[in-house]
Amino acid sequence: MSAVDVARIVLLVIFVGVAVLGFYAAKWRQDHPAGGMRTLDQWGLGSRGFGSWITWFLLGGDLYTAYTFIAVPAAMWSTGAVSGFFAVPYTVVLYPIVFVLMARLWSVSHRHGYVTPADFVGGRYGSKLLSTAVAVTGIVATMPYIALQLVGIKSVLSVLHVGGGSNAFTRDLPLIIAFAVLAAYTYTAGLRAPAVIAVVKDLLIYISIVVAIVYLPAHIGGFGKIFGAAATKMTTVSPATGKPIGSVIPGAATFNAYWTLALGSAMALFMYPHSITGVLATKSRNTIRRNAVVLPVYSLMLGFLALLGYVAIAAGTKPIGLDGKVNPQLVVPQLFLDHFPGWFAGVALAAIAVGALVPAAIMSIAASNLFTRNIYRDLFRPAASPGEELRVSKLVSLIVKLGALLFVITMDQSAAINLQLLGGVWILQTFPAIVAGLYTRVFHRWALFLGWATGIVYGTVAAYNVVNPVTHAHFGGSIAPFPFTHAPVYIAISAFVLNALVSVVFTVVFRALKVPDGRDATTASDYGADENDPRVQASPEPEADLLEHV
Amino acid sequence: MSISPAPTRGPARPAPYVISGILITLGIVVPLLVPTYAHSTPALIGIPFFYWYQMLWVFGDAVILWICYGLITREDQRRRDAVRVGRRAATTDEGAR
Repeated sequence: MSAVDVARIVLLVIFVGVAVLGFYAAKWRQDHPAGGMRTLDQWGLGSRGFGSWITWFLLGGDLYTAYTFIAVPAAMWSTGAVSGFFAVPYTVVLYPIVFVLMARLWSVSHRHGYVTPADFVGGRYGSKLLSTAVAVTGIVATMPYIALQLVGIKSVLSVLHVGGGSNAFTRDLPLIIAFAVLAAYTYTAGLRAPAVIAVVKDLLIYISIVVAIVYLPAHIGGFGKIFGAAATKMTTVSPATGKPIGSVIPGAATFNAYWTLALGSAMALFMYPHSITGVLATKSRNTIRRNAVVLPVYSLMLGFLALLGYVAIAAGTKPIGLDGKVNPQLVVPQLFLDHFPGWFAGVALAAIAVGALVPAAIMSIAASNLFTRNIYRDLFRPAASPGEELRVSKLVSLIVKLGALLFVITMDQSAAINLQLLGGVWILQTFPAIVAGLYTRVFHRWALFLGWATGIVYGTVAAYNVVNPVTHAHFGGSIAPFPFTHAPVYIAISAFVLNALVSVVFTVVFRALKVPDGRDATTASDYGADENDPRVQASPEPEADLLEHV
Repeated sequence: MSISPAPTRGPARPAPYVISGILITLGIVVPLLVPTYAHSTPALIGIPFFYWYQMLWVFGDAVILWICYGLITREDQRRRDAVRVGRRAATTDEGAR
């Protein structure tokens, strides 16, 4: 039996084990006396009962997705530090931001029973226009993110020569089966499924990376040789652009791109609905703060994983896809398969594949919660009962996954990557409404809406205008000059600055014109409430019409 | 609205928040000062400075947040106790009357 065969069997065994755990999770930590799940809180937020340990695993699995494991080393392998290693400062400055913001969001959401960020925005500003904008942005930004998890699983499968071939149906059959099983246990167990699976996945991934980072560099000839090989590759001049293909140490011209990518990504990450779902599922105000202290361990792991991109350069890894073309995303799976016995490569590849299932589950739950609460209930069925919300959300979680699957099967992989890039730009445009709202009602709801719209339009146009120098395709990257300057920065940051400016200016204008302000359902004391403070009982959120109300 | 106006916490002492604010600002700004670390020396076991320095900040921020966690949760608890003890005293007073 070849190493690839052994790896395939190990992958299959782990996948089946994970599926069993996923279904078992439905019975785990039940809080309803009769068993079963009857509300969106129980299904979509794990009854809001996760303590520090579970949250650490859940958020670790939620934030550090398979796509990160695949794409960051791929970027390091292809073009070096600027497009890849910024992920380390990104996931370092992330946690101070989380520490400051998320405890307040937890408190107000706990008091009012908010399930989604759009719930909070709607309650805070009394504006369905603004809350719908936040909800739609969240759903649209999450869909390609789920699709990218599938791209991650696909890269593992193609290294193992699972699937492929000319028949369109059998080519993607393994992926379809994997996703159907995922959809089934997410449907029954809700957020409990990824929470339980995340524990297993994290243990597997830590073992794989520790072994790889201890063994591989020594095996290949030390870090000196690895960085030497990377430097040789990066200084090679690309025939398409006439410039070096990348850099090991960023030059002064890319400093602004580097730090804005890190900061913009960090500010955006906890605006994603799946991150907020992880926060709201915790049982106390301090759980997320304690986690901000210990979650950075994952960032260290991410840093080592990124370095595996350089290890692959030195090891001469050849990431050739099933179609015979070079695909940088196969670098890490191929590296494990080349240098480890089949069973261990199987464990590592399974860790990556399961690492895609966890965030995909949470993302689909988060997107369906947004749809149910902020579109279905807010706009169409204000009287929806908790049971009805639950049924709709479970159903939508299936539709969301089906959509992501069709996306990956029918469209070019680069479409998912482009949309994910745009998703990052878009989701950051909800930052002013959500974050300012945690501290102040100074901003006018319609000014925030105009700011959001400006940021979305600018960001989309700017990203469209980035042309790939080799393929001449649009959406060729996420870096463009800051408006009216030549400084190349992350587009999301430029869009965010415009968004904030518009929000400030129009707030002044609308206040001067005395345009009616929305009704605020929250009070100052809500933002400091902890788990021992009573919830706001039987308080219907203020009625707010989509366009106007007094 | 049926929201109880009762405060969840008493008034804050500024010191823990100011200290934490400064530490957290440092923890965000310093790791983003790219010119301060965009060089290859001194290398550590063959890893250029650029790489190991940024990974070291993982621990830097963990320590910063650990300190802030201690400062803030203690102050937070004190503020909560101030309100809850006050509320309990008020209800016993009423009972005695």
